[in-house]
Amino acid sequence: MFRDSNRRQFLLQSVTGFSAVWISAQWPALVEAAEHGRLEAQSAAQKRLEFFSPAEAIEIDAISSRVIPTDETPGAHEAGVVYFIDRALTTFAADAQAIFRDGLPELQARVAEVFPQIAKFSGATPEQQDQILRSFDKQAPKRAVRAFRPSPGAENFFETLRTFTIAAFLLDPDTRGNPEGIGWKLIGREREHVFQPPFGYYDKDYPGWQPPATQEAEKDGAKK
Amino acid sequence: MIVDQPKYKTSEEVDFVIIGSGAAGGILAKELSTNGFRVVVLEQGPYLTPADFTHDEIKVLQEDLLTNKPKLQPNTFRKTPADKAVRQRVLAYGCCVGGTSVHFTANFWRFHEIDFIERSKVGAVPGSTLADWPITYADLEPYYTKVEWEIGVSGLAGASPFDPPRSKPYPMPPLPVKSSGVIFERAARKLGWHPYPAPMAILSRPRPGRSACVNCGFCLGFGCEVGAKSSSLAAAIPAAEKTGRCEIRPNSYVFRIELDSRGRAIGAAYFDEHKNTHLQRAKAVVCCANGAETPRLLLLSANKLFPDGLANSSGYVGKNLMLNSGGVISGLFDEPLNDYKGYAVSRVLHDFYELDHEKVGFYGGGGLDARFDFTPIGFAVSGPFGGLPPDTPRWGKGFKDAIAHNFTRTMEVFCHGTSLPVADNSFDIDPDVKDAWGLPALRMTYKDHPDDLKLSNWLFDRGHELFDAAGAKKHWGYPAAEQQFAVHLLGTCRMGKDPKTSVINADHQTHDVKNLFLCDGSSLVTSGRGQPTMTIMALAFRAADRITALAKRGDLV
Repeated sequence: MFRDSNRRQFLLQSVTGFSAVWISAQWPALVEAAEHGRLEAQSAAQKRLEFFSPAEAIEIDAISSRVIPTDETPGAHEAGVVYFIDRALTTFAADAQAIFRDGLPELQARVAEVFPQIAKFSGATPEQQDQILRSFDKQAPKRAVRAFRPSPGAENFFETLRTFTIAAFLLDPDTRGNPEGIGWKLIGREREHVFQPPFGYYDKDYPGWQPPATQEAEKDGAKK
Repeated sequence: MIVDQPKYKTSEEVDFVIIGSGAAGGILAKELSTNGFRVVVLEQGPYLTPADFTHDEIKVLQEDLLTNKPKLQPNTFRKTPADKAVRQRVLAYGCCVGGTSVHFTANFWRFHEIDFIERSKVGAVPGSTLADWPITYADLEPYYTKVEWEIGVSGLAGASPFDPPRSKPYPMPPLPVKSSGVIFERAARKLGWHPYPAPMAILSRPRPGRSACVNCGFCLGFGCEVGAKSSSLAAAIPAAEKTGRCEIRPNSYVFRIELDSRGRAIGAAYFDEHKNTHLQRAKAVVCCANGAETPRLLLLSANKLFPDGLANSSGYVGKNLMLNSGGVISGLFDEPLNDYKGYAVSRVLHDFYELDHEKVGFYGGGGLDARFDFTPIGFAVSGPFGGLPPDTPRWGKGFKDAIAHNFTRTMEVFCHGTSLPVADNSFDIDPDVKDAWGLPALRMTYKDHPDDLKLSNWLFDRGHELFDAAGAKKHWGYPAAEQQFAVHLLGTCRMGKDPKTSVINADHQTHDVKNLFLCDGSSLVTSGRGQPTMTIMALAFRAADRITALAKRGDLV
């Protein structure tokens, strides 16, 4: 499995690339075992819903897909964000359950308000969906032209969903993030956890630190 | 962690009980146990090891794997003593064995001579209790050197023309430069400034049992899986345990320092992980709980002899809080920097350490460093206060395109500067809010001295100049705002000669209780120019020598 070979690569590079005395003897095995178990469990649970109903999951997936849309590269949908949020709401983010329970119906009410002919968010076109979401986003640079009834529950819901979507998309794929590493691939974050210089474009031809020629001469006069 | 550390009975009077195992507590544990004393360290957090550390941003940064947990230990905040404090999180500190040194950035430059004598040099500053230290840089210099060699600090001696004198070079060379460091260095030199390789408490060469930095990129906020970060956990606690005289007792939340009828400390009372209470007896107590929890604990320990808080005859316990001023300017470049690789800071400059106050019109000084300390979620999620320019859409295709393009092409210039001590700025205990153990919650009162805000904005201007000189495609930042959140917890039980205006003397001994010592960020008299951990560790090494001398003379019993 890619993830495990990746982890092994981390350990192997570390040991062979640096020094045999670098680390206490017991931890690589411990970490690998823990990591392996966690990832196996994660894969099995990947596509199971515990908090959302299938119908709700379709709506959450549709909304998060507007936060990080699918275009020429995969987005929130392909990263399985809805499943991460579902797990989050039954584990470490259980406090946020009410935000989702109350907020989703409020958001659906706004759908009917904006587009009376559309029954639910997932039934709208992407452009219509963006129009609906912009009406909740107080921090968006341009507000929707039309004014709507205040809907703090839905606004809070959208803000929370936005945060969860980004977190799910960009969480380390070797922990609880999407195992394919879709988010990290998009932003150019290599999946490894051990790197050697040069790191980027600007340091690749760096000749090494040199004192400026005039530094010594300036030493006394430079203090401001 | 070795398994054969001693298990002292609480009723057994050990030589020292140390409260807290962070930058100061870990060093004192090592030094005092090495010097032959029997030591118990009470740490409120768990004993985590590298196998517990992870790059899971949610677990570490949102669920506070390594830090204080506001749900269990709530805080309150107010700007001035006239305001009613409201419940909000005011601080983050390490809450595990090793304390904040486990997750800190590891910037590790020394304070300069001026930091110890600034009151004499600049005179009184209106609205501030600025004071000289009772010790000078020369007193602390051997201990700075000791820190560098004992825990492992990488750097290049003599690279900055503004550095204070040193008795020895660094024990290992600087870490490899990052693209942000190269951009910073070239631009700063164009401007006539003096960038230099950042001194970091991160190994550039392996040491027994510890790897050199593997450049994983999860540094600020995270524990180091390979032991390269020179935390107390990696660099001091193992040596303490190896003496066979030091017991590290985690999950031990101290709520009171007990005195006998003569006014001598007899030990520390604490909750264990099951909320059972114990009293660990000791000949002397050394409190290293950090600049927030140390004053809180003294105030919680009020008794008949000290009705206003233990060792608080000066009224200065908790006062003069300093957080360090500063902030961030971000810049975007055409080509990938890939600055997510590696540790945070590779270049720094201190041309502005001592500003001409007459010329700039305010007190203060500071510096700039080149860094990228964002993790992927943190970069993208925080809107304008994350890593993205303020005009970036918060969601949708524009957002997706921005994170795809910018994550590898962004760097920050971090501005770090002085905070002036102000008596009303403080940590104390809230009269109403309680924590999960029924103890009064920590209350923070803070309003930046106007000069601190002026300094921050002045440094921001330098940051923008630097990005202009660097040819950044775009750069942005925000004007300095009053602070309501603390990570540097400084000055709240300050050191001094005069018992009326300080809490401890130059030996870290409280003026009021002979066998009670305080050593952590609270001991600092001035804030330096940011990055206080090096000085806290140097003070701890020095305190250990002073306390050892007093104990061997029989002055503590």
